[in-house]
Amino acid sequence: MAGLELLSDQGYRVDGRRARELRKIQARMGVFAQADGSAYIEQGNTKALAVVYGPHEIRGSRSRALPDRALVNCQYSSATFSTGERKRRPHGDRKSCEMGLQLRQAFEAAVLTQLHPRSQIDIYVQVLQADGGIYAACVNVATLAVLDAGIPMRDFVCASSAGFVDGTALADLSHVEEAAGGPQLALALLPASGQIALLEMDARLHGDHLEQVLEAAAQAARDVHAVLDRVVRQHVREASVLLGD
Amino acid sequence: MAMEMRLPVVRKRLGEGLGRETKKHLVVPGDTITTDTGFMRGHGTYMGEEKLIASVAGSVERVNKLICVKALKTRYNGEVGDIVVGRITERRRSAEDELAMRGFLQEGDLISAEVQAVFSDGAVSLHTRSLKYGKLGQGVLVQVSPSLVKRQKTHFHDLPCGASVILGNNGFIWIYPTPEHKEEEAGGFIANLEPVSLADREVISRLRNCIVALVAQRVMLYDTSILYCYEASLPHQIKDILKPEVMEEIVVETRQRLLEQEG
Repeated sequence: MAGLELLSDQGYRVDGRRARELRKIQARMGVFAQADGSAYIEQGNTKALAVVYGPHEIRGSRSRALPDRALVNCQYSSATFSTGERKRRPHGDRKSCEMGLQLRQAFEAAVLTQLHPRSQIDIYVQVLQADGGIYAACVNVATLAVLDAGIPMRDFVCASSAGFVDGTALADLSHVEEAAGGPQLALALLPASGQIALLEMDARLHGDHLEQVLEAAAQAARDVHAVLDRVVRQHVREASVLLGD
Repeated sequence: MAMEMRLPVVRKRLGEGLGRETKKHLVVPGDTITTDTGFMRGHGTYMGEEKLIASVAGSVERVNKLICVKALKTRYNGEVGDIVVGRITERRRSAEDELAMRGFLQEGDLISAEVQAVFSDGAVSLHTRSLKYGKLGQGVLVQVSPSLVKRQKTHFHDLPCGASVILGNNGFIWIYPTPEHKEEEAGGFIANLEPVSLADREVISRLRNCIVALVAQRVMLYDTSILYCYEASLPHQIKDILKPEVMEEIVVETRQRLLEQEG
């Protein structure tokens, strides 16, 4: 949209946030009783659901089994009603496959796969409403679902998107900001150690600005971690009270 | 035909009414449990640069020098001596196997067995070398989370209400009518196909709904808790037990009785 100011002179974005401010995050674990682990997240208007099964025996060809660790299988799917226009997305199309691979990369870095040789862990993520920051929301909700399933992980995997407008780095982009066409990057981080699980950008950004944008994304991911940490602790505390001492 | 409908309501947070705080040390992955290197690390932890770090979300359990983190929900991990209930999905096809076992156990049969050995990759080896194990006949199976089955000396219980129950460590619970006389010669491989009386079937259905209610409120399952829940549910109709308000009421009463019994 021509003339839409992504960052006003006073430093406010289209939805009233400051440059480094995150959208409101609400999350819940254990939403499906049937699955081993499940979670739901809302980051602003982006809503995503994740379901985890495993670790279990490899389905299908036994030859794919790895003798010393578990196979992590991630699948991404987007609901037809998730975007502004209703669009049927066939399973196995390029974007879904790529998302699946990126999720797998992030989780193979964090899940302690050596503890479950010759088995498979399935992570299914579905986006119910897409308003920017899709990859980040998927990673965040999948982390909660994996934790709900009790699968051992090195650390949380927290992700955020970041962009660059008018010399300022913006964190946690919404759909309007993504559609404006500026550079945007997605970062998935293991907060305790600061290690990067995945860094993805397919736009043009001047090398001088990279550090600033990367720092904005990393700080946003750490802020997300603070929120998710609170959600998980609350969930564990409730369940612990119920089970009794 | 009577129909019942419910409108969606805001889900009440479980445990609100309990009003007690937990004294346990709760951790999430990435948390440092201790920097003391004298401890041995158990399940749910890993060693990272001179610190013991949690790898699951749960409560820390310390037994002398061993520290482990017990996750809220886990897949079943076999241990020697556990009782499991399971369904045969696949079997080895070899000549002697065909001759010996086909007559007794087929694919799709439900059996109870004991864990004999655990392999390094997590697979378990089962045996039914006792008359109390073997094929399961008529009854009801309830699948729950393995973490809710309390470890006890025996997992085979004959409840005074008129049915028997096998609490598998893997979370599979089998409820069946108490056999009148023990079949010594058959040794548990011949299924009893006599019709089960209505009274027995009602007891079994009620027990099944009680177990579902206990699991929904995350109460540990063992013979006493199931029995107390059964008794608390008697004033209600069997199908009403699954309604959320009734479930809560019954479980609250069960918890109270369990607390009184402990204290």
